[in-house]
Amino acid sequence: MVTTASTSRGLDLIWQALETVCDPEIPALTVIELGIIADAWIDNGRVTIQMCPTFSGCPALDIMQSQIKAAVQGAGFDDVTVAVVFDPPWTSDRITPEGLRKLKQFGLAPPVRCSGVVREDMLHNVACPFCDSKNTTLESIFGPTLCRAIHYCNNCLQSFEQFKPV
Amino acid sequence: MIYSKTIDLMDPVRLPVIDLLYRLADDGLIIGHRNSEWTGLGPAMEEDIAFSNMAQDKMGHALAMYNLLHEMGEPEPDVLVYQRREEEFRCCSLVVLECFDESARTADSPLSNNPTRDSLLAHGDWAIALVRQFFFSAGDEVRFAALAESTFAPLAALARKFRGEIKYHTMHDEAMLQRLGRGTTKSGQRIQTAVDALWPHALGMFEPTNHDKVLVQSGICPLESELCDAWRESVEPLLRKSGIDVPAKANPIYGGRSGKHSPELTALLDDLQKVARLDPGAKW
Repeated sequence: MVTTASTSRGLDLIWQALETVCDPEIPALTVIELGIIADAWIDNGRVTIQMCPTFSGCPALDIMQSQIKAAVQGAGFDDVTVAVVFDPPWTSDRITPEGLRKLKQFGLAPPVRCSGVVREDMLHNVACPFCDSKNTTLESIFGPTLCRAIHYCNNCLQSFEQFKPV
Repeated sequence: MIYSKTIDLMDPVRLPVIDLLYRLADDGLIIGHRNSEWTGLGPAMEEDIAFSNMAQDKMGHALAMYNLLHEMGEPEPDVLVYQRREEEFRCCSLVVLECFDESARTADSPLSNNPTRDSLLAHGDWAIALVRQFFFSAGDEVRFAALAESTFAPLAALARKFRGEIKYHTMHDEAMLQRLGRGTTKSGQRIQTAVDALWPHALGMFEPTNHDKVLVQSGICPLESELCDAWRESVEPLLRKSGIDVPAKANPIYGGRSGKHSPELTALLDDLQKVARLDPGAKW
């Protein structure tokens, strides 16, 4: 497929529109920073966006799909399809460096890089997002949403949540 | 031969793949439903949250596989979940097992009139829930490790995604098995009793089917007996490590993979499909 100047400009508009869509459960993060946009292209004026779900059972999937569609339509494209794909599989490694920084700012311990393979040591002595201490205890590998584990900081004496490496 | 897309699946491979997807999706739906029955009733808050999370994960796996089935020409997921009859389901007996005793289900029972949590727990055996979950997640791990290498690319992609999520299930289940197996005399006995009762059902996860040969030859899925062996190699050391005896030779309980189910599934579907049956067009 040849990328013409107008297609290239179109793609810019699409990526700009995607930057306005945020994760409904972690509003600090855009869908791009979360790494869920697998691909986007224009073919004869028809736009296709491919998104890969963070967790298979994520209940925000439908909302994000329709918000992405609305944002891209808002940028001036009538024919927009947002498809959910599992190839590539989403892993927490897809969160951008800016996304990791924003997670910590939001109060969520960011996930360590895992190359798609989770090991138990990745869940122990996680740095507290409030005081940076590693004197922390894993309380539960499950939390209020599929993406969060619960820890306790023995240093500043607060509970905190960790975005799970997966 | 690699089957990159669903349209690449022709006879004689197509129907065996559809059958496999129904088996795995139905397992996910039913164990998800069973685990969700513990929401609000978990013996400790962390376990309540764990079972709710694991239920949600498995529902997500089921939905992804029902969507793949729909891509292959089967009905929409909502139709498959809310309108299929009992004999059309392909889940194994392990996931169907009821944790709450019969009196919990009758109209006269306390369950129908806002009972206290203690009363509900008196009717539920959490040891069954935990051991069932442990056996199942160990099966899931073995199954999706194999399917990650499947020649059917869309299924391999799902398997690669599911594996990371399943890892959290096995971490949880192995830790709880050890804690309870080696906890008190009573907790060890309850776990042993549950293990002995569930073992034949667990073997039924790997019920052989008429489709196995085609699935193996096409590189789509390994032989059920091979998966069963791998499952035993995984669970037996974990049981011993938890102070639990591995059950002696047992006859596996089969039938689920060909639509033969116990009355427990009838009751489950009565529950799950209640609103859809009352109002087939309902949206919620």
